[in-house]
Amino acid sequence: MPRLRFRPCGNFKERYEEEITIFETDFGRVWLWVGLALLLLGVPFIAGPYTLYIINNIGIAGIGAIGLNILIGYTGQISLGHGAFFGVGAYSAAILASKVGCPFGLSVLAAGVVTAMVGMIFGMPSVRLKHLYLCIATLAGQFIIEYVLVNWESLTEGAEGIILPEASLFKLNLSSDRAFFWVVFVCFAILCWMAVNLIRSRYGRAFVAIRDNDLAAEGMGIPIFRYKLLSFGISSFYAGFAGGLWAYYTMSITPEPFTLFLSIQYIAMIIIGGLGSIPGAVFGALFITMLNEALSWATEYMMNVGVFAGGALTLAPLREFVFGLAIVLFLIFEPKGLAEVWRIVRSSFRLWPFSY
Amino acid sequence: MEFFIQLLINGLSIGFLYALSALGFVMIFKSSSVLNFAHGELLAIGAFFFLVLSAWAKLPIVVCFALTLAGCFTLGFVIERLFLRPLIGEALIEVIMLTVGLAAMFKGLMLFAFGGNLFRYPDFLPQALSIKWGAVSIPSVYVAAVIIGLIFLGVFGFFFKYSSQGIYMRSVADHQPAALSLGVHVRRVFALSWAIAAVVCAMSGIILGIMQGINVHELSAVGLKVFPVVILGGLDSIGGAIVGGVIIGLLETFTGGYLSTSLREVIPYIVLVLILLIKPYGLFGSVEIERV
Repeated sequence: MPRLRFRPCGNFKERYEEEITIFETDFGRVWLWVGLALLLLGVPFIAGPYTLYIINNIGIAGIGAIGLNILIGYTGQISLGHGAFFGVGAYSAAILASKVGCPFGLSVLAAGVVTAMVGMIFGMPSVRLKHLYLCIATLAGQFIIEYVLVNWESLTEGAEGIILPEASLFKLNLSSDRAFFWVVFVCFAILCWMAVNLIRSRYGRAFVAIRDNDLAAEGMGIPIFRYKLLSFGISSFYAGFAGGLWAYYTMSITPEPFTLFLSIQYIAMIIIGGLGSIPGAVFGALFITMLNEALSWATEYMMNVGVFAGGALTLAPLREFVFGLAIVLFLIFEPKGLAEVWRIVRSSFRLWPFSY
Repeated sequence: MEFFIQLLINGLSIGFLYALSALGFVMIFKSSSVLNFAHGELLAIGAFFFLVLSAWAKLPIVVCFALTLAGCFTLGFVIERLFLRPLIGEALIEVIMLTVGLAAMFKGLMLFAFGGNLFRYPDFLPQALSIKWGAVSIPSVYVAAVIIGLIFLGVFGFFFKYSSQGIYMRSVADHQPAALSLGVHVRRVFALSWAIAAVVCAMSGIILGIMQGINVHELSAVGLKVFPVVILGGLDSIGGAIVGGVIIGLLETFTGGYLSTSLREVIPYIVLVLILLIKPYGLFGSVEIERV
């Protein structure tokens, strides 16, 4: 049914389907396809290798952040172990690829599944715990996984790390940034689509009910433990999938990056982007990755400029300061995140010149 | 046997330190239900404040002590006023993330100012404090830590039990709306609890610094060790923090001594998960009862 019309100037929804529809007008749908085409066919040819590297990292972080937003933003279960789950995904992909010899597609998918299992195990405490207590339980999960990654040397090679074979799909070599760009963003688009639709389904509504009040949700007949575990599983699947992609992209992994700081970065992404919003997770991933790049670029620049050469080494910690400052400022001044900013910008365009 | 006793004493003193550093944490949680992830950084700030005054400005020790405590008291006020107050009434995750952001800020600033090196205080503790008892020796630092800790516990015990501000703080912790309607100035209580917590943190930071040297990374790692301690004891129980601290400290040293040194770092968290599964509100915590 073609609905090529403008948005009405009020809320005239009559049926439930109109409420949960993704695109209110067909313009949105058209713009989505145009945007996807530009992204997949335009960006890899315009961007240089370094830009492409950053964009790929944004895509991978975006997948992980969407997963975390399903867990925190929609189900309301705070997890401080997302960075460790990302690491579990990276390690499962690496072990499957280098020791078992799985092909690229299979090992990334399997990484997602393995991580979903691990995530469900660490989601078990959510039977009895919530809020702060769950948050601390997942913090413990983060440290335990970190310990296992470093100390289970027969499987993970300890601190030496694992070197992965080159990624290839259907006998096409994916080791170049451009080829990997397509892999990352096709996966990204599919996972985004799945997440958006999951939220509209009965599962998504159950998640939101649990977030808003889990006792009331249970009273309404939602088996909350099953749904909480499911949410942990789905969120960890996203993290593991992203981790698997990342492992193939960097080609060699060590336990070093998967610390609490990575978990905190993921939470920062969804808070800065906007809790309970899929585009918000993507905005957040964009913001944090760009911030990291900008900060390391600034440190390098300072190091090269003669005046600061002496002080450059001591300037590096200021990265952490700026990172913290960004989180704090967003929380105080725009707690709903970039998604809200984007909504305000869009509606002010739409309402122009008769805004109220 | 000697090894066992030495481990026991090490464990007790480390545990006592954990207990001491958990106190500030419990204080904040009790009165404002904020889970403070910047705890380790507050410890480090106190320790560095004292370092600057004692080693670089070379002031007398008592003056350094007083100035550090006063400075951290003010810092606690400022943190509450600038960062925490705009978030009163916001969702839990936002408040937690705010303290995480604060932690990153403080850590960055301290690394910028002092670097990641290990510093030491000038030796100012009298040797007479050290205890030698057969083959077992207890360095003076540990004795001083226990004495200072006991003094602080006593002071805070009296403060909470008898002073009007302490009673206000307990009432806010118990039931915030009821305290508000009875005329308790809740915002002032929050500010005061952050200030006092910062003072307690500074104290424990200084003692930790005397024992192990001052290093930004290590002190902020202690801030994360506090979680198993307070969960074991119960998040809102000061006595529980002490018992929890001692148990975790003993557990750590015995695991390090008899099992493996790498397991030592992670054993508190394994215990933490087990406790959460068996007895979520800890040994002495109050059970939350929820209604829809």
